[in-house]
Amino acid sequence: MISVRNVHKSFGSQVVLDGVTLDIEPGKTTAIVGPSGVGKSVLLKLIMGIMTPDKGEIFIEGENMTAARSESRKNHIRRSLGVLFQTAALFDSLTIYDNIAFPLVERNGLGAARAHQKVLDIAESLSLIEYLHNFPEQVSIGIRKRVGMARALITEPKVVLVDEPNTGLDPLDGQEVYDLINACKSQWGFTGLVISHELPEVFQVSDRVAMILGGRIISEGTPSEMIASPDAAVQQFLNGRTDGPIKIQ
Amino acid sequence: MNVVSSTQQVGSFVIDTTEQWGRSWIFLLRTVAALIKPPFRPYLYMVQILQIGVNSMLVIGLIGLFTGAVLAVQGEYTLAKFGATAYTGPAVALSLIRELGPVLTALMVIGRAGSAVTAEIGIMRITEQIDALRSMAVDPIKYLMAPRLAAGIVAMPLLCCMFNVVGIFGGYAVAVGLLGLSPGTFMSQIVSSVGLVDVYSGFIKATVFGLIFGWVACYKGYTCGFGAQGVNKATTQSVVTASVAVLIVDYFLTSVLTRVFMK
Repeated sequence: MISVRNVHKSFGSQVVLDGVTLDIEPGKTTAIVGPSGVGKSVLLKLIMGIMTPDKGEIFIEGENMTAARSESRKNHIRRSLGVLFQTAALFDSLTIYDNIAFPLVERNGLGAARAHQKVLDIAESLSLIEYLHNFPEQVSIGIRKRVGMARALITEPKVVLVDEPNTGLDPLDGQEVYDLINACKSQWGFTGLVISHELPEVFQVSDRVAMILGGRIISEGTPSEMIASPDAAVQQFLNGRTDGPIKIQ
Repeated sequence: MNVVSSTQQVGSFVIDTTEQWGRSWIFLLRTVAALIKPPFRPYLYMVQILQIGVNSMLVIGLIGLFTGAVLAVQGEYTLAKFGATAYTGPAVALSLIRELGPVLTALMVIGRAGSAVTAEIGIMRITEQIDALRSMAVDPIKYLMAPRLAAGIVAMPLLCCMFNVVGIFGGYAVAVGLLGLSPGTFMSQIVSSVGLVDVYSGFIKATVFGLIFGWVACYKGYTCGFGAQGVNKATTQSVVTASVAVLIVDYFLTSVLTRVFMK
């Protein structure tokens, strides 16, 4: 479970998050949507403990990330996280095999032999066997996202965070990533948080959707509730209109 | 109004510089702490020693050879005015071992490998690879910075030794082969003039320069700004800062080591 309580974050005089509160139930996936630059990725980094909020608290599986002062304490909480980054963030000096094995070997201290079967199993599940000896730059961005997902899931985390799943992908590859997320949810049953500005595509992987604007969550509900929302900003964003309360910057 | 504005600018500059300086020291202390804290990953250290040390050998050898050769030509020319060409060997050897070896090795390694280290870490920063490490509960300071810092500290003195040996050979080849000095005089004067303290002095300098190299290159990469321009700026700053730092520290080290060893 993820619980975000009244989180504030500013950079200088620019207020990015102004009292965000959000709960994600165990085993459910919530999508955070909103225009570019409203602080969705900042919220993700706060949840990962890479940034620290100015005010408020974030709990992951009952553990308070914001109260964790030392990096070792944060690392303890991060062990329940798996993250798929916007660009997959694979290590370009490592092969795809080594990228997938990385958290097992470097974090869990598993020997290469013990990690091997786990890597093969997850590569098989995500159709990556034929790419294992390639380097990230030798495969398409769609494959890289799959590798990123394999790396996020290989330690069987309780919580998976996904940042902009189909950035840089064509519609077919983008759909493949959503199918992949759904397949992984069924197989691993994690609690998920997906950051996206792709509507309505992101609804297909979401149990709930929260829209963030002006540093706050302005609307929250199931995908069908969001589609039926009377909120002018939600409707403007859903329908991709330029006129309305959301100002194009 | 102008006085207030100027004072504000000066104050802001002082605060920013002090903050940067403090951050860089904390970064160094964290990296040194990561060096001595398990788990140890020897293969990461080996890879960095290969990239920073072994891959710099050719350029260091080449620069060393010609530096020694130039020193022999210049030394013989100057010493001939005093009828002391027999001291060309010691002039070449002492200049290399005490001063030029550590400094030129450091400047070459900073130019070749320092820029590469900063660019590599900077690109990892802007492509979220460092965030990915942290999200996987792997400390980037331990995984990325500590091996590079250690490789600098280990590789720099060894490269410096190589520079000195090749440089003395270059000086010998020119002095004996082209300028007609006696090979026996050249070598015997080196043996009688160069002491272990000279070697220690050069070795200590090279080790400190290795630390400066690793510290600056890693810090600039780790704190790199956004996008390609951020990496560009960090790489330039890394080479300039480390090179200037080496020359400034060299003066103070020379002063201190000369006093310590001369006593």
